[in-house]
Amino acid sequence: MPTPVTSANWLWLIPAFPALGALLNAALGLRLQRKFGKNIVHSIAVGAMVASTTVAWLAFARMFGLEAEERFLRDLLWPMAHVGSLELNFAFALDPLSMVMVLVITNVATLIHIYSTGYMHDEPAYWRFFMWLNLFVFAMLLLVMGDNFAVMFFGWEGVGLCSYGLISFWYTDLEKAKAGMKAFVVNRFGDFGFVIGLFLLFWTLAGHWSATSKFSSDTRVSGRIPGSATLLPAQEHGIKIGPTIDFRELKDQLNPEHNKAGTPEDVGIAQHLTHETIWGVPVIFLICLFLFVGATGKSAQIPLYVWLPDAMAGPTPVSALIHAATMVTAGVYMVARLNFLFALSPMAMGVVATVGCLTAIFAATIGFFQYDIKKVLAYSTVSQLGFMFIGVGTGAYWAGVFHLFTHAFFKACLFLGSGSVIMGCHHEQDMRKMGGLWKKMPRTAWTYLLACMAIAGMPWMSGFYSKDEILGKAYASGHLALPGLGATPWLGPTIWAVGLVAAFGTAYYMFRSFYMTFTGEYRGGTDHHDAPASAHHDAHGHHAHEPHESPAQMTLVLIALAAAAFGALFLGIPEAWTGHEPLFAKWLEPSLPAAAHIPFSETPKSVELGLMALSVLIGLCGWGLAHVLYFNNKSTVPARLLAQFPRVHKVIFNKYYVDEFYDAIIIRPALVLKEICFWIDRNIIDGLVNLVGLIVRIFANIDGAIDKYLVDGLVNFTGFAVMESGRRIRRLQTGHIQNYLYGALGGALVFVVLNYVVLK
Amino acid sequence: MITPTLVHFLIVGALLFTLGFICVLTRRNAVGILMGVELILNAANVNFVAFNHYVAGGLAGQMFGVFVIVLAAAEAAVGLAIVVSIYQTFRSIDVTDVDLMRE
Repeated sequence: MPTPVTSANWLWLIPAFPALGALLNAALGLRLQRKFGKNIVHSIAVGAMVASTTVAWLAFARMFGLEAEERFLRDLLWPMAHVGSLELNFAFALDPLSMVMVLVITNVATLIHIYSTGYMHDEPAYWRFFMWLNLFVFAMLLLVMGDNFAVMFFGWEGVGLCSYGLISFWYTDLEKAKAGMKAFVVNRFGDFGFVIGLFLLFWTLAGHWSATSKFSSDTRVSGRIPGSATLLPAQEHGIKIGPTIDFRELKDQLNPEHNKAGTPEDVGIAQHLTHETIWGVPVIFLICLFLFVGATGKSAQIPLYVWLPDAMAGPTPVSALIHAATMVTAGVYMVARLNFLFALSPMAMGVVATVGCLTAIFAATIGFFQYDIKKVLAYSTVSQLGFMFIGVGTGAYWAGVFHLFTHAFFKACLFLGSGSVIMGCHHEQDMRKMGGLWKKMPRTAWTYLLACMAIAGMPWMSGFYSKDEILGKAYASGHLALPGLGATPWLGPTIWAVGLVAAFGTAYYMFRSFYMTFTGEYRGGTDHHDAPASAHHDAHGHHAHEPHESPAQMTLVLIALAAAAFGALFLGIPEAWTGHEPLFAKWLEPSLPAAAHIPFSETPKSVELGLMALSVLIGLCGWGLAHVLYFNNKSTVPARLLAQFPRVHKVIFNKYYVDEFYDAIIIRPALVLKEICFWIDRNIIDGLVNLVGLIVRIFANIDGAIDKYLVDGLVNFTGFAVMESGRRIRRLQTGHIQNYLYGALGGALVFVVLNYVVLK
Repeated sequence: MITPTLVHFLIVGALLFTLGFICVLTRRNAVGILMGVELILNAANVNFVAFNHYVAGGLAGQMFGVFVIVLAAAEAAVGLAIVVSIYQTFRSIDVTDVDLMRE
């Protein structure tokens, strides 16, 4: 059975409101701000977000009223292109998965918009900030609501653009402008992979069809481009078969329910995809790998994570919205959305999970030693995204998405909390110059503590449920494979173990940041900071050196997010406790047809509970270690450890020199290549062009000479000859009639003489 | 006594024509030229009549002769009118003075 579609032709309103807000602020923002002040600017932006959120909740209500299998709302706006078997529609769709994303995006974005009215209050380019922010939400909604790859890709590129615009928001600071550019360029690498994967998928789907309308896999794909005019058995069993970029159609084609051999709806495409190879590599693995490269770019995984820590150059609300809660989860969303595709290739799943696992531990260790509060959070985000990829990689799709969901709240809360701290400390980001803020900023401190507990996986906070579900599922996955190694049943437990270490690290560095910031004595303020690194000058009306609590619109947002980070737990209470499926998993089920077919090994309930207890214990250990080392900042152990192992610290503090490594192997060669190209351009290409020019000029000169002397000479000579002969001949014209008669007589005589001479 | 033959008449015609043509070529007086033209026409008349008498027979030659005389009269009228016009223009009937058609 194909997915039933419920038409909802008002879905476009959800992205339309932020688009309108961005348009208004882009066109009139500066004028409005000058004339009526900043209130009107943020009224437009926040108003657009509230409207969009309202429609999103209406869509949720509509969807909630439908049967689980029928939860698919679609809004076809207009067809963009129809070429061969490619049907390109500008259409929005909501299924339970994208519904979750839309709700997270609209709600968190609304809160962050409100927060920004406080945080960005002294910013002169206020309107530009809100324009970008609204535009970002629009692009992000396009990404998650796209009915097909094309619309998703518009959003995918759009969020990249907005991310660039917001990271280098203070573009007068060269470092920040560079950070924006870095994010943009690194993402290009990923986007390239995404596009290749997409083309590969489309190409493979346009394969060979036999008369029985089964997908025929006997012809090799290698080196042959299947004609676009392949037979398309339309609407076989109601499922359109063949090349498609529609998620829904792809899902129906690849749905494991439809692809069991012998069932009437066996359309054979899954078999085709898994059997086809390109130069010996399974094509499905290549497709998933390239798509995953796209995900690593957007979601900051190894090897493309390097842009995210630098992205902290942007304003803190941007870090919270784009670089923690929404945009960076696009890769996770994409893998979850294509679960039916990734599930076909255990090798691709293995790669996804392994990369996620490595990123989780790698980023966590860097986070240990950072002093910039935002950098700690950035590496924490990278690490948590790694956890999400472990989830979607092992096949625990709902757990990965649930972690995305809970992470959106607690990480947004942490970032906004750090923003509140930074603002309270007059734009100081170095945690060594903070401390003792508990009493001065109680609301920020409380919410930060709650979010720390959530991310560290304390059992009464949502982070525990999502992270633990991921680790539990990783422990139970023996179905993963790795390229070159074949089936690797040991991989799942290994990932679990490494993930556990990363979870320990998470708890440690988060509480380290909490203790350094909020406990002990205030270490800043003695020296006066005149707007340090950031370009927006300290334009606060007051110049108190004491840290102060942030305004209400900021702290209330923090409280709301902390509450959400706590409340989200009710959606994911594990099966081992209650005996029935978590609400979140149940809700996502229609979007994740592959999830039910992942062969997780059975773990006894006791083992499951034991694993949970272990991970809580690990989290508590991390917390405890941080408490011992950093509570009140009195312990001298950290300093002594640093003195004892300076080299280790140096390597990790400098982020394992990955940036320098990339600089050496990618950027330098690129620059050298640039020089070579420039030289070739300057000397060879320009030389060739000049040579051609020279040759043409020589020919032109020769041609000109011929024209001037030969052709013109002939023409002039003709004229001259006619004039000259005329001048001579006209003397004959005497005007005396008798002269002419002499001529006539002479002529007659000549003829007479001729008559005698010639004719005789 | 010599019996006059066609040749004799033709010689007379040729002499007349030659005299008339020389008159036309050499005379500077316009009226003299007109008179030369009369001689040429009459040379033609002699030939017409002679050929009619010795070759064709009948009266066709004489008819042409009469026509030529009529034509000569008309020509003389037109020619004299032109001479009068020339005289009025140039105050002379010397044809060498009439050279407006020169280059």
